[in-house]
Amino acid sequence: MSPQTVFAPWDDPHEKPLIQFRNVTKRFGDFTAVDNIELDIFEREFFALLGPSGCGKTTLMRMLAGFETPTEGTILLDGKDIAPIPPNRRATNMMFQSYALFPHLTVRDNIAFGLKRERRPKPEIDARVDEMLRLVQLQKFATRKPHQISGGQRQRVALARCLAKAPKLLLLDEPLGALDKKLREETQFELMDIQEKTGTTFVIVTHDQEEAMTVASRVAVMDHGKLVQVATPDVIYELPSSTYVADFIGDVNILEGRITGQDDDRVEIAWAEDQPSIHAKARVALAPGSTAYFAIRPEKIAISATRPETAPNAVTGKVLDIAYLGNISTYHVELPGGQVIKAQSTNTDRMAAREFTWDDTVWLGWSDAAGVVLER
Amino acid sequence: MRRFVVVAVPYLWLLALFLIPFVIVLKISLSDPAIAIPPYAPTLDLSEGWQGLKDFFAGLDFENFAFLTTDDLYWKAYLSSLRIAFVATLFTLLVGFPIAYGMARAEERWRPMLLMLVILPFWTSFLIRVYSWMGILSSEGYLNQVLLALGVVAEPLTILNTNAAVYVGIVYTYLPFMILPIYATLEKLDMSLLEAAEDLGCSRLSAFWLVTIPLSVPGIVAGCFLVFIPTIGEFVIPSLLGGSETLMIGKVLWEEFFSNRDWPVASAVAVILLLILIVPIILFQRNEQKQREAEG
Repeated sequence: MSPQTVFAPWDDPHEKPLIQFRNVTKRFGDFTAVDNIELDIFEREFFALLGPSGCGKTTLMRMLAGFETPTEGTILLDGKDIAPIPPNRRATNMMFQSYALFPHLTVRDNIAFGLKRERRPKPEIDARVDEMLRLVQLQKFATRKPHQISGGQRQRVALARCLAKAPKLLLLDEPLGALDKKLREETQFELMDIQEKTGTTFVIVTHDQEEAMTVASRVAVMDHGKLVQVATPDVIYELPSSTYVADFIGDVNILEGRITGQDDDRVEIAWAEDQPSIHAKARVALAPGSTAYFAIRPEKIAISATRPETAPNAVTGKVLDIAYLGNISTYHVELPGGQVIKAQSTNTDRMAAREFTWDDTVWLGWSDAAGVVLER
Repeated sequence: MRRFVVVAVPYLWLLALFLIPFVIVLKISLSDPAIAIPPYAPTLDLSEGWQGLKDFFAGLDFENFAFLTTDDLYWKAYLSSLRIAFVATLFTLLVGFPIAYGMARAEERWRPMLLMLVILPFWTSFLIRVYSWMGILSSEGYLNQVLLALGVVAEPLTILNTNAAVYVGIVYTYLPFMILPIYATLEKLDMSLLEAAEDLGCSRLSAFWLVTIPLSVPGIVAGCFLVFIPTIGEFVIPSLLGGSETLMIGKVLWEEFFSNRDWPVASAVAVILLLILIVPIILFQRNEQKQREAEG
């Protein structure tokens, strides 16, 4: 068992959170950017705020940094209200989306900037800057100006600069947005490494769900200023609390239907006239007759040429489209009623040996625990 | 061929309107004054062929430049011009920077109007605007009337025909040349840099000193040169607003030319002025280039 799974202070009622949002609301004129948020973030967490642009995640972070003040409610850091503390006296540092490196200063002076403001003795500053340069592997570039280094290097300078003061809390605003995909993936692991090495609490804002899933210990999904779900990445993915979360994170089929039968934790959902009811396990009690949504990930649906014998759920249809992604293929299967269900299979064989092609009749099957039943 | 034409046009322009007039002025500066039309000798007479050309060049000498060193009026005027230009540039910066800063920090929808207000005075004749300062600054002028009425002063202040009036005139006239380049750099300034500075422990004021000022240096330097360079040779403002104490080379040049009708000496004064101006002009060009490189 890896240490990450053991690290779960949010499950421990005795653990004191580092940051507490208490009924925090932020309005800009008529617009409510952050709507009555309750949230605890714990020490050493790598916490991701995830949501589409305009969902309030950046405002939430800027309130932590001190650039915005809550309209209502309080934010506690280490149990103390931080509202009256200006940004330059907060034990938080922020890495800006644009990196905001000082163009007139060298890499070294950029990293030393915050330390110099504390008027620490020069040898101490120099030692700390060297340590930071080593951490982000930029010793060779210490005397360069920001415009003389690459985007990835700039990103690391920005990270080193905000880590130099050893903040209690590090805020990262879309830190990898400006990097290309490959570099972004590498940097995600670097970020996690650095977070573990320094033991700093990280709060990251991102609209990239893969990034949030990769780096974070917990993810908060936001929509229209509200927290929709706060949970570990695997829970967010496997047990989304609503169709919004299920749809936002990864690929999903959402089938709307009506509960027709319930037996313990098992429910039956009628969802299309000419299709058999879906048998699924539900975590919440749902009254028969109420509307329900069945959300299932494409990779949990098996695709076969004949009717699967053992699967409790099976439907048949025609292959409408095939999205070939190299490692996997996504099949869009059209049922007789016109509904389209996405199913994924791993490409263990090479393309020539592919089993199904356009217009083939196929069967789709899934177990009763493969999807989740949602109320909304 | 087309490319040749495109390049040739500006060069022909420079040749016709800058280089040829300069060569003419240089030639006059090497000539001797004469009571004639034009009032200098020798003049080029090609009817005498090769001999005429030789006589023409033999008639040229550096006498006038030597003369400039014998009378201390000239070097004092040069020095005084440099000093007045320097002080006036400093004042213009002190007035211009806060205006540019305020404009750059104003709401975006106000900015075009504010820019318009800075440029608007150019729509009136420069001469009229300087004359109206005479009406404001004279001892019976509006300024003194207001000060007397408010009881701030008991007797009218003597501002007109002093160096103070010259500074007022220069600052007023050249202010847009200071504001516009500074505004251009401040407007481009990424606000997240100031937030980053604050985040790293700066107060608002120290963020201003450590980030805003260093990053607006190219605009400040450009603005200072744009004010300093034309101010050195300024003639209208010192002659209209200045007094007998105001010694500026532009005025000396005018007097040599029109009062003394000594075209050769006046030309020599102009050539030296140009040589003095080359230094700041080169520095200005270098600043512009450095800025372009930093942006590129």
